[in-house]
Amino acid sequence: MLAACGVQSAEELFAHLPDDVRIQQPLALAPGISEYEIVDYFRNRAAECANGYASFLGAGVYAHYRPVMVDTVVSRGEFLTSYTPYQAEISQGTLTTIFEFQTMICQLTGMDVANASMYDGSTAVPEAALMAARVTGRNRVLVARTVHPEYREVLRTYARYDHMPIDEIAYVADSGVIDLEELERKIDDQTAAVIIQSPNFFGIVENVKAAAEIAHRRGALLVVVFTEAVSLGILQPPAAADIVAGELQSFAISPSYGGPYAGIIATQEKFIRQMPGRLVGETLDSHGNRAFCLTLATREQHIRREKATSNICTNQALIALMATVFMSVYGKQGLRELAEQNLAKAHYLSGKLQPRFSGPFFNEFVAATGRRSPDEINQGLLKKKIIGGLPLVRWYPELENCVLLCATEMSRRERMDEIAQAFSPVQQAA
Amino acid sequence: MINKVRPHITQNEDLLFERSSPGKVGYQLPALDVPLVDAAAALGAVNVRSEIEGFPEVSEVEIIRHFTRLSTWNYAIDLGLYPLGSCTMKYNPRVNELVARLDGLAWAHPYQPEALAQGAMEVMARLEAALAEITGMDAVTLQPAAGAHGELTGILLIRALLEKRGDPRKKVLIPDSAHGTNPATAAIAGYAVENIRSNDRGMVDLEALERVVDKDVAALMVTNPNTLGVFEANIKSIAEVLHKKGALLYMDGANMNALVGIARPGDFGVDVMHLNLHKTFSTPHGGGGPGGGPVAVKKILEPFLPLPRLKHVRNKWTFDYKRPRSIGRVRAFYGNFGVTVRALAYILAHGGNGLRNATVDAVLNANYLRKKLEPYYDLPYNAPNMHEVVFSDDRQAKLGVRTGDIAKRLIDYGFHPYTVSFPMIVRGALMIEPTETEGKRELDLFAEAMISIAKEIETDPEMVRTAPHNSRTSRVDEVAAARRPVVRWKPPRAGSKAAD
Repeated sequence: MLAACGVQSAEELFAHLPDDVRIQQPLALAPGISEYEIVDYFRNRAAECANGYASFLGAGVYAHYRPVMVDTVVSRGEFLTSYTPYQAEISQGTLTTIFEFQTMICQLTGMDVANASMYDGSTAVPEAALMAARVTGRNRVLVARTVHPEYREVLRTYARYDHMPIDEIAYVADSGVIDLEELERKIDDQTAAVIIQSPNFFGIVENVKAAAEIAHRRGALLVVVFTEAVSLGILQPPAAADIVAGELQSFAISPSYGGPYAGIIATQEKFIRQMPGRLVGETLDSHGNRAFCLTLATREQHIRREKATSNICTNQALIALMATVFMSVYGKQGLRELAEQNLAKAHYLSGKLQPRFSGPFFNEFVAATGRRSPDEINQGLLKKKIIGGLPLVRWYPELENCVLLCATEMSRRERMDEIAQAFSPVQQAA
Repeated sequence: MINKVRPHITQNEDLLFERSSPGKVGYQLPALDVPLVDAAAALGAVNVRSEIEGFPEVSEVEIIRHFTRLSTWNYAIDLGLYPLGSCTMKYNPRVNELVARLDGLAWAHPYQPEALAQGAMEVMARLEAALAEITGMDAVTLQPAAGAHGELTGILLIRALLEKRGDPRKKVLIPDSAHGTNPATAAIAGYAVENIRSNDRGMVDLEALERVVDKDVAALMVTNPNTLGVFEANIKSIAEVLHKKGALLYMDGANMNALVGIARPGDFGVDVMHLNLHKTFSTPHGGGGPGGGPVAVKKILEPFLPLPRLKHVRNKWTFDYKRPRSIGRVRAFYGNFGVTVRALAYILAHGGNGLRNATVDAVLNANYLRKKLEPYYDLPYNAPNMHEVVFSDDRQAKLGVRTGDIAKRLIDYGFHPYTVSFPMIVRGALMIEPTETEGKRELDLFAEAMISIAKEIETDPEMVRTAPHNSRTSRVDEVAAARRPVVRWKPPRAGSKAAD
C-alpha cells in the first residue's frame, strides 16, 4: 500500500502539515489495554454505583422492565452498525422499522404524523416551541411550572437567542394542576405556544382539552409534553394538542444515568412541513414493490442550511428501535395491562402516605414528609437498600417537605411497605 | 466482474400492523401483588382511553422473525466497507456494548444520590480529561447529544462570551464547503450566516477572509480537515485574523479522525469545537443515532459551559450548579451517558499510541484509494488529502451518468455507496472515507468495483443509470414519496381490497 501511495512510510502522508500545527509530544494517555482489562475497569466503576437497590425515583426517568427481545433485536449488527438510511435500496430494514415507529407514536398520541425521533424529551420541547413560532408567526411562549424543571431550563437556553420571551404558569396549590385562570390572564395575541405536561412533573393528569380551548381561542398552539410514555396505555391521548413532544425512555430504554433516550415530536397533518427532524415515507421501487425512504428532506439542514426547520442531523434511531420493539412486545393488550399495574402500585403506595396534591395521578405522586425532612427519611431508606423519593425543594421552594415518588410494575409490595414505615416510624413502633 | 457478493434469498415481511390479529400477545407480566385499581375511579372516566386503535397484536416468535427479516434488508459495517465521507463508519467494538449494559451503569438513575453514582461520574470525568488531552483544549462538556447539538452549544458559548464583552455581534462566517448543520446552527443561535468562498485549492482564502472579518463577525465555523479531506494549512493565520478582530474560531470536529495524535486543534488556534463520539470514537451509528457531541473549549469559554459541571471535592465527585455565567442546560441530565461509556472504552483500548496509529491508517487507506481511483475519476482539487478523498463525476456525466447512479451501481457490487453530491463546491461529488478499520483486501475489492463501474459507464451507461439490479429493492421513487407524503400506516378502508 505504501508503494502504491508513492511513500516509504505512512508518516510521509503527513509531511504537508505545517510543523507548527503538529503535536509536539505524544498524547498523555495511558497505553492501550486488553478486552479483559476494559471489562474489569467498567465492572469496578459499575460497582461504585447503586447495585441491588430498589428505587422509587421517577421524575422523567422510569424503571420499567426491559423485555429480552429488545436487546436481542438492537444487537443485530445490521441495525447497530448501519448509518442513517439515505440509501433507501439497502436500508429498508431501518426505514421499515421507523415507519412502524411513526405509526405507533401516532396511534398512541392521537396525532396524524410523528417524526423519526429527537434527542430526548427535553430538547423536543424547544423544538416544538420553535415550530409553533414558525406556524403562528408569533414568538411568546407560556410554559406550565408543572413541566419538568430541566425541560424548562433547556427551553430557556434555546429561547434566549431566538427572541422568544418565556413566561411561566403556576399550578393550583391544592390539586397540582395548571392554573387555567392564570393561563387565561397571561395568554395574548403574541403567544405562539402554550406548553403543558401530562401527566405533569407531579404525576398529575392535566385537563388537556381545557388548555387547548384557551390556547386556540387566542390563536396559539397547544404543546403537550409527556415524560412517562407508559401512561399512554391507559390515559386519553392528547388529541386536542397541536404538537406532542415526548420522551420514550419508559419503553425499554435503560435509565443509563440520563441517556441516550429518544424524544419524539408528533403533530397534525397540516403542520407537517414545519416539523423538525427526519421523516420516513412510503413509496414504490422501480419494480412496483412497496418501499420506504426518507422524505420531505427540504425541511432539513443538509438541503435548506440556514433556513432549515432545525439543525438536527443524527438523532436517536437505535433507541427509537428499542421503543419500537417494546411496543411490539407489549402490544395493544400488554401496554394496557402494564399501565394498569403501574396505576395499581402507585395507588397502593400513595394509600399509605400523605399525597400532597388532590389531582388524579398515574404512577408518581408528591408525598408530604411531615415533620421529618426528606433527607432524613431517605438516609434511613438507603440503609435498607431503598432509594426513596426525589426531594422537590431544589426546584419548588414552596414544597420544602415533599418528595416525588414513583412506583412501577417493578416495585414490590414489601419494599413499598418499608417506605410507608419510614414515613411514619411511630406507627411502626406501635 | 462482481466478486464480493452473489444474490441470496431474503424473506418477505409485512408490517406489524398487517400481521396483527385480535388477542395475540407476546408479553408476560408478573401477577399483581397489590389490589387492582379501577382506572375510571382513580383517573376520572373522561381521562381513561379506550383501546389503542391499530396497535400491534403479535406473538413472540412473530416479533423475532419480523425484526430479523427486516434486519437482513440493511447494509451495515458488519457486512463490509461503508465509505461514507464525513461519517467515519469504522468498526464498532462489541466490548463497548457489553460494558455499557453493566447493571450499575445502565440502571443508574440521573437523580440517584451522588454517593451512589461515583463510578458513573468517574467515567464521565475520565472521558472529559481524555478528550481535553486529545484536542489540546482546557475543558469539555459531555452534555450535547450529537454533533449538531454540540455546534449549537459551542455557538451559544461564543455568544455568551461576546455578550459579556459588551456586544454579541451579528454574523457567523461559514465556508461554502461546510456541513449543512453549521449554517442551520448559526441561525438557531440568532446569527446571520455569511458564506465565504473556498479558493482553488479548496481551502479558506486567507485574503478574502481578512476582507470580511470586521467587528460584526462573532466567529468562523471551520471544519478541519475540511470536507474535501484537505487540511487547512493556514489555520494558524486564520485564527490570528479572527482573534485580531475579537472574533472566535469554531471547529467542526466531524473529521477529527484525521488528526487524533497528529495535531491538536487547541494548539492551532481553535477556541471551541465539538467532537462526534459516533464518528471518531467508534460508538455505533445505529441507523442514525444515538450520537454524542461533546464540546471542548479554551479557558476563556469555560465559565459559560452548560450546567452542571463535574467537580472533585474531598476525593468525591459532585455536580456543581453554582455557575452564574453558564449558558444553562442544553439537555436534561448529563448527556448521552451510554455513549460516553462506549467512547471511553474505545480510548482505553487504544491508548495514546493506538489512537495515533488509527489516524495514520485512516489517512493511508484514503490515500491508497485515491491512487487506485485517480486514473478513472476526476479529482477536482489536487491538494494532499487526509482521511477522505473527494472525486467529481465530470468524466462520467459526459456520458449521462451521475454520482448518484454510480452510487446505486456500487450496491450491486456489495458495497454501501460513498457520500453523494457533497460537498456542494464539487460538481457531482463522490466523497469517500474508508476509515482505518478496513484491510487491504476490502479496499482492493472496492477499488475494483469503482473501476469496473467506470468501464461499464463507457459501454452501457443505461445499465448504470437504472442500478441497482441485484438488490432486494430496486431504485426507490423518492420524488413520489415527497409529492404525496404517506408517513404512517392506516388500516385499509372497508370495501377496499385488503393488503395480503
